[in-house]
Amino acid sequence: MNPLESNKTYQDYVYKKTPNSKILKNCFNAFWVGGLICTIGQVILNICKERGFDTQTSGTIVSILLIGISAFLTGLNLFNKIGKFAGAGSLIPITGFANSIVSPAMEYKSEGYVMGVGGKMFTVAGPVLVFGISTSILVGIIYLIFNTQNITLV
Amino acid sequence: MSHFGNICKSEKNMPRPQKSQKGVDFLKKIGKQTIKFDNPPTILECNSIVGPKEANGPLAKYFDKTLEDEFWGEKSWEKAESKIIKENVNMLISKSGVNLQDIDCAFAGDLLNQCISSSFGLRDINIPFFGVFGACSTFVESLSLGAICIESFANYVLCATSSHFCSAEKQFRFPLELGNQRPPSSQWTVTGSGAAILSKEGSGPFITHITPGKIVDMGIKDANNMGAAMAPAFSQTLITHFLDTGRSPNYYDAIISGDLGHIGKSIAIDILKNNGYNIKPNYDDCRCSYF
Repeated sequence: MNPLESNKTYQDYVYKKTPNSKILKNCFNAFWVGGLICTIGQVILNICKERGFDTQTSGTIVSILLIGISAFLTGLNLFNKIGKFAGAGSLIPITGFANSIVSPAMEYKSEGYVMGVGGKMFTVAGPVLVFGISTSILVGIIYLIFNTQNITLV
Repeated sequence: MSHFGNICKSEKNMPRPQKSQKGVDFLKKIGKQTIKFDNPPTILECNSIVGPKEANGPLAKYFDKTLEDEFWGEKSWEKAESKIIKENVNMLISKSGVNLQDIDCAFAGDLLNQCISSSFGLRDINIPFFGVFGACSTFVESLSLGAICIESFANYVLCATSSHFCSAEKQFRFPLELGNQRPPSSQWTVTGSGAAILSKEGSGPFITHITPGKIVDMGIKDANNMGAAMAPAFSQTLITHFLDTGRSPNYYDAIISGDLGHIGKSIAIDILKNNGYNIKPNYDDCRCSYF
């Protein structure tokens, strides 16, 4: 069969030819690293509660600490190595979000602080913010329409 | 390019040059799309500078200079790339012994927007400059155009290119510190620069034929599988070259493609095999031999 017969035959041929990522190994690494990050978060949460913070404040402290650690590791050129190993395991928790903002900030620092760091900081995280915030507004509107009685304006 | 078109138009009204005039007969088109040189230009001298990763690869001993880090004392990767091509061209010119004033023009390009590395890098050598963008094919494109210049008016032509892993990743993909995974089919951009001087006189190696390829798009959209996207164009150009010149793959000591990688290389071998050419024994890809 001639692979160049049509775009479809070529794409099928290339699909067969291209080696796949090692899914099992990647899933396993993502699972235990992701689990480890969440466990660290839980440990911090428990310590905070122990010290007398309420659940909401403790949660905020966990986020701040994990973001801080992740940003720091990104600066040390270590987070990309963890990410390469763990994939979604380190990308999906809040650590990945911090990394996706700190890494372009570092990358574009050479173009200046305003147009470089300021302008390009959200190139990776931008879509998440835009659609995350848009969705929350949408959900808010739906909530407003169907639950008017329960809303308490603070 | 519009200026060039204007010049061609105004020359239409001028008397046509005699056929026997020097420089007219030397270039001719054979077959469908191949250019043949009767008085082939020589690659007089070449020079290369590469980054640290290439310096640890199997080709390390063939490079003229290797760098210890990606910055080379500069503040940004773009500036470093510019410095690499600048120093490379300077090394080349002093090595070749050709006077800077004798070089008639330069063809150079790189991967960055507006070819900034080569235009800033060659800013100081002050010779007529053509910026070339052919992505992976930039250097061969420069050599082709340079050879055509040699056959028409020039005595010496400078051809150069550069790329930088970090600046290319920054421009085309993700920040380096982003913790994402690279699929097995993704490729690695070379950090470095290559340059050559073409000359009218010389004892070789010669550029005897050029077969410019057509754009072949088989609809591969995966930015991490560029070898598969480029392999059909390479294969078709090669087949056209064989048909135009009447040669077979075993005429050549080596057939080398620029940037197909392992997947693209094996696809090219498959396609050529399908068309009745066995290129496997003497075919290699630069990407497979660099790292």
